Amino acid sequence: MTSTSPFVTRRLGAFLAALALIASMAFSPVVSAQTPVASPVSGEAPTPTLPVTVTDSSGAEVTVTDVSRIVTLNGDITETVFALGLGGNVVADDVSALYPPEAAALPKIGYQRELNAEGILSFEPTVVIGDEEAGPPEVIQQLRDAGIPVVIVSSDTTSIYGPVDEIRQVGQALGIPAEGDALATTLETQLQEAEALAATASSKPRVAFLYIRGQGTQMIAGSGTSADLVIAAAGGINAGADSGIQGYAPITPEALVAAAPDVILVMQAGLASVGGVEGLLAIPGVSQTPAGESGNVVAFEDLYLLGFGPRLGEAVHDLTLALHPDLDGAPINPQWQGTDVAVEASPAASPSASPAS
Amino acid sequence: MSLPGRIRTTIARIRYSAASIGRRISVGAGHAPYALLLALLVAAFLLNVGIGAVSVAPNQVIVIIARHLDAHLQALPGWEAVVDAGSRLGTFPPGAWMRDWLAVDVTRQQDAVIWTIRLPRVLMGAVAGAGLAVSGAALQGIFRNPLADPGLIGVSSGAALGAVTAIVLNVTVLGIWTLPVFAFVAGLLVTSLVYLIARHDGRTEVVTLLLAGVAISAVIGAGVGLLITRATDQQIRTVTFWTMGSLGGTLWNQIWIVALVTAVGIALVIRSGQALNLLVLGEREARHLGVHVERTRTLLMFTTAAMTGVSVAFTGAIGFVGLVVPHLVRLWLGPDHRRLLPCAALMGASLLLIADLVSRTIVQPLELPIGVVTSLIGGPFFLWLLIRTRRQQGGWA
Repeated sequence: MTSTSPFVTRRLGAFLAALALIASMAFSPVVSAQTPVASPVSGEAPTPTLPVTVTDSSGAEVTVTDVSRIVTLNGDITETVFALGLGGNVVADDVSALYPPEAAALPKIGYQRELNAEGILSFEPTVVIGDEEAGPPEVIQQLRDAGIPVVIVSSDTTSIYGPVDEIRQVGQALGIPAEGDALATTLETQLQEAEALAATASSKPRVAFLYIRGQGTQMIAGSGTSADLVIAAAGGINAGADSGIQGYAPITPEALVAAAPDVILVMQAGLASVGGVEGLLAIPGVSQTPAGESGNVVAFEDLYLLGFGPRLGEAVHDLTLALHPDLDGAPINPQWQGTDVAVEASPAASPSASPAS
Repeated sequence: MSLPGRIRTTIARIRYSAASIGRRISVGAGHAPYALLLALLVAAFLLNVGIGAVSVAPNQVIVIIARHLDAHLQALPGWEAVVDAGSRLGTFPPGAWMRDWLAVDVTRQQDAVIWTIRLPRVLMGAVAGAGLAVSGAALQGIFRNPLADPGLIGVSSGAALGAVTAIVLNVTVLGIWTLPVFAFVAGLLVTSLVYLIARHDGRTEVVTLLLAGVAISAVIGAGVGLLITRATDQQIRTVTFWTMGSLGGTLWNQIWIVALVTAVGIALVIRSGQALNLLVLGEREARHLGVHVERTRTLLMFTTAAMTGVSVAFTGAIGFVGLVVPHLVRLWLGPDHRRLLPCAALMGASLLLIADLVSRTIVQPLELPIGVVTSLIGGPFFLWLLIRTRRQQGGWA
């Protein structure tokens, strides 16, 4: 995995999480009832100042004159638009847009990397907005040729602060720069506070992020991944990266022993897919690590931890507390974490998503 | 067998084959198949342009296309004169009902869907389908093998290697053209490699060529597998979509390239139709009848490689068309290449368009990969045909 770029690997976790959720949603209608209720920033929809001209990541000057019908191309952008209060204007989004529930319920345009132009145009968008993950490039070009303003925001995928600038660009492109700035500043402050909090911790635990999807897919996150950024921001050492792994590598007993994690970090759907903590410890090599011996497993809801949207600051704060039990403080969103997943009818515990059980 | 004896047998065999070919030709009546296939193609074309996630009425389609054509043709000197002359001949369109029918409003969205999305896509489908089908027919002819398709001479596996390399190593030097250029160049390189390996003492031998193609494709498959182990899940997803093909992202400036290569290619192949007919009798016999076997084979191999390579480069690997369409035409019209090749072009174009129509309407506004549709519909249909033919004729013609 030496040549994989951080750009691609950074979102792998989020994408895989989204896929698994989609799969489980298809088979369990109760999901939406369990998904924590969204709390978009404010009740009132802001009034955009239009037209606005922005230069997007491709260097193209895009003039947006109307944001009454928005199509969003990626999950994190969708979440941002909703958080900015313009969720009511979104007419369709991609299949990885699973939060907030209102976004998940919208008509789908396909998967962010395999879009098709006519499907998007059929929703009669006045503006299409996405990040650099959206593609293929020919389809983006077709939308532009069709005269639709397409804004592709640039994203710094090597920094935990990447989403801050992304939010600002979304705000500018949709004619609500003040709201964008406010949300971006909130996120930036939350991230700084979380890092400051992490700095006061007495220890720096070695954390292995395991990406698990049943028996078939079990990987450990190395450097250049989104999990790596989150762990570092929360005051941990990414044990996978520290033992020389780049990108995601299959879990082997050797890899785990070399990583020697004090804490194992997993996503809730992944944990459920192997039947909870017990199943996780049964993966060869896991119980031989320090984390496995002490049963120190931390689980977060998939998109909360790795969605890299406006909730990232809260997620890093909560992860910091989870990794450092000695720190004082209460998690902001306790409903999106915890290892108690397998017994209850969690989405991923449905038969389709857990081939192991 | 003595030499005169051998010559006698050969001549007898030629007479027999020529007679049987003649019989087959007289069975299919004149130009009827061309007219039928052309009608099928036009119907498929109209359906494809008219149907999709965004609804556009037929009169709106006509208005949109006419407006764009007019706007483009205005650049030509003399176009105004033509329009003037036309208007002097009488009002157009004739008849009040037609004028009323065409006096229709078109939204900007409908205009964009027809002109920037559906038309390029439909044209690409037709051109790629024709190129793949003719390539398949030509290769089945030069290898005298019913299983031959563009995969056999390494162009498909080479293109796949080029595409996967571009995807997995994140090469973006040529922007939007990176993947097509990589796929096309790699396809041609691998075909050349197969050819060079099979070439010996100024000639190639069919069996060596086939086996070299199979072996190199296997090696290349391993290379693709090796690259995939280094890929992220997102890249693997992109690779998977590429291997199943899609006409979705077709842009106007891609059409011209594919259309040019395919048109020249089909013309070259059709010109060799008679040579392919004689090759059916055997290499030696064809040579005695004045066919430059070696030259024909080399020419057709690289022509088909270029045609397949250029369409695969832009649409991804669309399976089954190159293999099946020639057989369908042969079942219907017999094995005369002079008729088989142009008919395969028309039928390949039509069938790919129909497959694309299914792929983009069955789950709209989402799309299925077109390769899934061609195989899902084409496979069972072909099997049915195979079984039926065996029952009726006691074997494969």
